[in-house]
Amino acid sequence: MRYLHQIGAYFLMLKGIFGRMTKPSVLKKLIFKEIDDLIIGSLGIVAFISFFIGAVVAIQTALNLTNPFIPKELIGFASRQSIILEFSPTFLSVIMAGKVGSFITSSIGTMRVTEQIDALEVMGINSLNYLVFPKIVAMLFYPFVIAISMFLGIFGGYVAGVYGGFVTSEQFITGLTDEFIPFHIIYSFLKTIIFAFLLATIPSFHGYYMKGGALEVGKASTVSFVWTTVCIILLNYVITQMLLS
Amino acid sequence: MIQVKNIEKSFGEAHILKGFSTTFIKGKTNLIIGTSGSGKTVFLKCLLGLYRPEKGKILYDGVSYNGLEEQDQRDLRQKMGMVFQGSALFDSMTVFENVRFPLEMFTKQSKSEMNDRVEAVLKRVNLSGAEQKLPSQISGGMQKRVAIARAIVTNPKYLFCDEPNSGLDPKTAIVIDNLIKELTEEFDITTVINTHDMNSVMEIGEKIIFLKQGYLEWEGDKSQIFQAENEAVIDFVYSSNLFKKVRAAQLKGL
Repeated sequence: MRYLHQIGAYFLMLKGIFGRMTKPSVLKKLIFKEIDDLIIGSLGIVAFISFFIGAVVAIQTALNLTNPFIPKELIGFASRQSIILEFSPTFLSVIMAGKVGSFITSSIGTMRVTEQIDALEVMGINSLNYLVFPKIVAMLFYPFVIAISMFLGIFGGYVAGVYGGFVTSEQFITGLTDEFIPFHIIYSFLKTIIFAFLLATIPSFHGYYMKGGALEVGKASTVSFVWTTVCIILLNYVITQMLLS
Repeated sequence: MIQVKNIEKSFGEAHILKGFSTTFIKGKTNLIIGTSGSGKTVFLKCLLGLYRPEKGKILYDGVSYNGLEEQDQRDLRQKMGMVFQGSALFDSMTVFENVRFPLEMFTKQSKSEMNDRVEAVLKRVNLSGAEQKLPSQISGGMQKRVAIARAIVTNPKYLFCDEPNSGLDPKTAIVIDNLIKELTEEFDITTVINTHDMNSVMEIGEKIIFLKQGYLEWEGDKSQIFQAENEAVIDFVYSSNLFKKVRAAQLKGL
């Protein structure tokens, strides 16, 4: 029953976000700030993780190719498929639920605890629109982060595969371009856009409706990470079933 | 002037405000006092329009908040200034940006007009020189003054303060109390202050209402409170050692 109440409250929050809009000049500043915090601020960790996970995927594939009849091109192929289809859109989103999600929950939660949200409401401002809408707009740039992750993941695989002596450059590139299905990119970015919306709204929900003090802000961040991850994994299954099977 | 008529508010089974009426006077500092759990904060939130009372009316210069359309309610809210207990300053903004925020949101003033107004208000609350500091870089007393500046920058008709001097040393608390009183008279605002600080009562209590368990137990001014015969008021007023001594001296006829 409590979960149903929470789901209902989440959808009511979504309605509230798109209610009375904040003044455009103020909103513009907030959106740029959120892009800086949520998108630009995540590029470093995304680049680091993507490069090295891509490298590990290539090495693991190479080390498991013990049958001489399996062509080495499979290393490039496996790197591409695993990074484009799952690692970048899904698992990076789980990582971002920890980084971006916790930041959103704790910043909004702290505003709740310190009565800053009440201050906005008293002034007659739609606090949901003021706080959450710019985050949703900023997260529209999330597919660019994922595109960078895809590139760096595959590049990491290339560097590890070629310079580690597991595969030649030509073999890796052949594998990379073999049986490429453009729809996989559409599928991947479609997932990314949906996950971006979840990454902006679920942590906001947990921060906005939290009650208590500093300890509860920490707890809310943890709960928001868990629920964002659960929703991403579940939706990933549903979208994959619908679009690829 | 704010008139409260027979207001009642409940949360589930808990009946917090049990039906009382009072009037808050324009140009005066009106104080709501009472022990913790007496319903002061809920009452203040009803006055601010954050809670909707189940019964009764609140009239702002004759206009009922609940009877207004949503847009008119927002317009009325913009005539209210609020000083929160913890100041509630936006911690990502500087002092200057915090005070300019309501102007940016609700006025069509040019940037230079807004800046002039903010500078004037900051000067009025003796905060010139602190404009570029973040809330975390200034003292509690200064934060309260920034909160007051933010509350008055749009020339509100009604000013609400929730325990404005909690957490402050007695000297700074008196400075804040007097600043609120001066601004109330200067701008002819209806000011309502929620407090349980007897020093504030004695300093600025021009109209005082005492709440107990959701009822209005007593009302009067600071000159009348020591003569109050209500047990709950006597308990509250003479709860500190200092005022106990005053009481003892009074009873001895000193």
